[in-house]
Amino acid sequence: MKKAWLAATVVLLAVPMIAQPVGAAKKAAPKAKANNQAPKRAPSAFVEPAPHHVAGSPYEGAAPAAPGGPLDRLVFGKLEELGLGPANLCSDGVFVRRAYLDTIGTLPTAQEVRTFLVDQNPNKRRILIDRLLAREEFADYWAMKWSDLLRVKSEFPINLWPNAVQAYHRWIRTCLKENLPYDKFVREMLTASGSNFRVPQVNFYRAVQSREPSALAQAAALTFMGVRPEAWPKEKWSEMAVFFSQVSYKSTLEWKEEIVMFDPNHAAQPARGVADPQRPAAVLPDGTKIQLAPDQDPRVVFADWLIDAKNPWFARNIVNRIWSWLLGRGIIHEPDDIRPDNPPSDPKLLAYLEREFVASQYDLKRIYRLILTSQTYQLSSMPKTDDPRASVHFAFYPVRRLEAEVLIDALCQITGTTEQYSSPIPEPFTFIPEDARSIALADASITSSFLENFGRSPRDTGREAERNNRPTAAQRLHLLNSSHIQRKIEQSGKLQYLLQGKGQPRDVIDDLYLTILSRFPTQEELKVVAALFQSAGTNRRGAAVDLVWALINSAEFLHRH
Amino acid sequence: MKTAISRRDVMCRGVLGAAGLVLADRMGTVPGGSVKAAGLGEGSTRANAKAKSVIQIWLWGGPSHLDTFDPKPAAGYDYCGQLDKPIPTNIDGIMVGELLPLLAKQADKYSIIRSMTHGVNAHETAAYMVQTGRPPGGRDVYPCVGAVVSLFKGYNAGYKGLIPPYVVLTQPQGRFSEAGFLGGRYKPFATGGDPAQARFAVEGVVAQGITDERQKDRRTLLHKLDTLGRTMKDDQSLQAFQEAEDGAYELILGDGGKVFDLTQETNELRDSYGRTTFGQACLVARRLVERGVPYVTINYNGWDTHKQHFQTMRRKLPEMDRGMATLLQDLTERGLLDSTIVWWSGEFGRTPKVQWEPPWSGGRGHYGRVFSAVVAGGGFKGGRVVGASDEKGEDVKDRPVYPCDLIASMYELLGIDPDGKLPHPQGLDVRVTPAVAEGVTSGGRLKEIM
Repeated sequence: MKKAWLAATVVLLAVPMIAQPVGAAKKAAPKAKANNQAPKRAPSAFVEPAPHHVAGSPYEGAAPAAPGGPLDRLVFGKLEELGLGPANLCSDGVFVRRAYLDTIGTLPTAQEVRTFLVDQNPNKRRILIDRLLAREEFADYWAMKWSDLLRVKSEFPINLWPNAVQAYHRWIRTCLKENLPYDKFVREMLTASGSNFRVPQVNFYRAVQSREPSALAQAAALTFMGVRPEAWPKEKWSEMAVFFSQVSYKSTLEWKEEIVMFDPNHAAQPARGVADPQRPAAVLPDGTKIQLAPDQDPRVVFADWLIDAKNPWFARNIVNRIWSWLLGRGIIHEPDDIRPDNPPSDPKLLAYLEREFVASQYDLKRIYRLILTSQTYQLSSMPKTDDPRASVHFAFYPVRRLEAEVLIDALCQITGTTEQYSSPIPEPFTFIPEDARSIALADASITSSFLENFGRSPRDTGREAERNNRPTAAQRLHLLNSSHIQRKIEQSGKLQYLLQGKGQPRDVIDDLYLTILSRFPTQEELKVVAALFQSAGTNRRGAAVDLVWALINSAEFLHRH
Repeated sequence: MKTAISRRDVMCRGVLGAAGLVLADRMGTVPGGSVKAAGLGEGSTRANAKAKSVIQIWLWGGPSHLDTFDPKPAAGYDYCGQLDKPIPTNIDGIMVGELLPLLAKQADKYSIIRSMTHGVNAHETAAYMVQTGRPPGGRDVYPCVGAVVSLFKGYNAGYKGLIPPYVVLTQPQGRFSEAGFLGGRYKPFATGGDPAQARFAVEGVVAQGITDERQKDRRTLLHKLDTLGRTMKDDQSLQAFQEAEDGAYELILGDGGKVFDLTQETNELRDSYGRTTFGQACLVARRLVERGVPYVTINYNGWDTHKQHFQTMRRKLPEMDRGMATLLQDLTERGLLDSTIVWWSGEFGRTPKVQWEPPWSGGRGHYGRVFSAVVAGGGFKGGRVVGASDEKGEDVKDRPVYPCDLIASMYELLGIDPDGKLPHPQGLDVRVTPAVAEGVTSGGRLKEIM
């Protein structure tokens, strides 16, 4: 008996938790089975801890954080100046989960976690980030984020229409996948003309609640400058709106097709450039007056001003947003409310990111890499101080609830189940393949009570705050007690396979923890689980279902941390 | 037909996760930007209104007016089939269909509107009209009555229940009858489950096959394994998360969810409602309004009788008769009918002339030109008939009543100003009910029974 246990332990440690854990379990099957049925085994043997089961916190590494590059030197220097200590570096288990969730909106599989944990390469964190940035899900996840900002939905109050939504989303996703330089990405949208179905980027001018020039100017300013013109003096806003006053729309013979274009005769602009008391002159947000030639598309003038390396908003807006997406808080906060009286918490840090971005020719992935590989990003979520300035200056990684789409995808991945999405209104009906990920959904009008309950962005205004990750009782009810989640757990073939697995109980528990929490259980947790199975007696399946349920409902699973 | 059915199935699929959407916002603030006006529109609620709640009995598919509340025995076999022997009610001169003997004894409590009309014969469009009072099309999707009532009489108006203010038993009605531009927080909470089962498994509140004991054990296990939560006791997001959990368990294990526990009622009463999904849903509806829930919809499927019409009537009408008659009786005995509007209606009626020819072979089609609705309680007088259809039930003969007329009348009784304003996300000027100036036809509110 003892030998069987030993053998299994050896397999676990030697095949070292990499690659086919299931295969490893299978090999040990006959002996293990005999073992499971042994009635007299001492409870402690049930889950004898192995060396990979830590006794203390599974969240932090022992090493104190030290700056790794210019970015870290700025952050750590500022913290030192303020007398605040940074948190410790996070553990490998925390890092692998965090990096997957933050970079590709996807939970790592048990196997991916094992592979990472046993990797001895000191550069493994950097290597992982590079791999993740190249994954297809990177494009899915960040197209979701951009679709929030660009208001991609077919119905009220945006009314893009299903075909245009699909075309626009595909275009956005392709740009991100191919890492199109950000200045080109933005210029394409701002200057495009053509059919909403065939030149998808024109939908920028359709994905708005109002097509008044002032509303188009507001959308451009909010999205690409991070500012809110409605808070400006009225005059300034209407002067900027002149650049969008000759956008014109016309329908075609194709159902719901629409051409967006520059129309020199549109908006009756008598003698542009000539002082007209009725109409304001075209003035850029930095105060520069522009003489527009009659046949010149003013959108081009605006776009070229915007993407210029010296523009004070353009690079600042996007690097600050990416920072806030990855670190939970902007250097300017809120990231889409940039104004003189809302200064950055660390101007040098922001300026550094802007310089790097411009010097890299507007390479988005470079900024992601810069941040994700920094020590600042890799701090644990346990602050060393309760000083409120610690969060403002990024002294720790803030805990945040998973977004609706990321959460349901994670639940599907854990249980090996799928979700069904369709949109019967408006026509043409939209049906989503059953194996599609929720982060890859193009249309915010797809009906889903789960996504609504968990705060998916309605994509009505393009503001970051539209996405709501606040926890609610209704969400807790759903996860704790709905038939939806209950069915996912109880009817999951994947969990069934794991639970009925012929491996050692400890291997099964390891697999569950790796699958759900992306780490091994601690020794304390093993004890709790042992007691659970003990009291369950022969109802091991029931105990296992309860264990999965508890892990799925834990704060740790439901948050990025 | 086939398309229509599969489309409806599709719409119901989203249901599974509908655990108390509205509850979401009871606990905190409105999500940024999605609903601009968190408060009321300019129209406000009168505190001393007669009606406090509405029970909407919604007959999805469209019930035949001839076979229920507007019998036309003189029209002959082509119109009535064998259901040509209407029965008298406890009010002189009012006759109802022969399959409604129990409701016949309750006619003093309700009024029959026999001149409902909107002229639309498509399910979704007609359902939208009957439940919003507005013609479909245009940029805005308007909220249905339940969403408007939950706006004006829900959490904004001092309702404090844990149960969301707008509940649908048991499956939601689909997107043409939802919150429209008011947004997600005014959507109904669809219970799911089946109240006729031994345990009514209300989505999120009562889990099938999990005893209270196991619920408690699970919660203990959850806390024992909550390593991150214990490590980060002071974290504000995790504290908010814990508060949300406490709220959820008030419904799962506390008193909050007991409203759905029908074993608290006597067997006699449960039997008299009928041990059917509809009958027991009526009982749950009474329990909900008893606890102050302002709007309950019983979404009653199965009335789209293109084929096998008469067989379906013989099966379903007795079930409806029992449940609805007991509901009226029960509400009366508990003194609740005075403050509860019961509104019986489908999206339209059915073709008065029976389609005897194949493939229908005795069916009735969609019919929006004239149909019936029934209202009781909450300030509506009983024992009356409003309007009339012609001798064959094919057209309005007298006093047309449009959906907006009925809706405005209910709002008036509920103390909601029909001429008030709804909060619109773009700040547009939108009235609670449409004005004639908006091009909507109106026959006027139902003053004769108010």
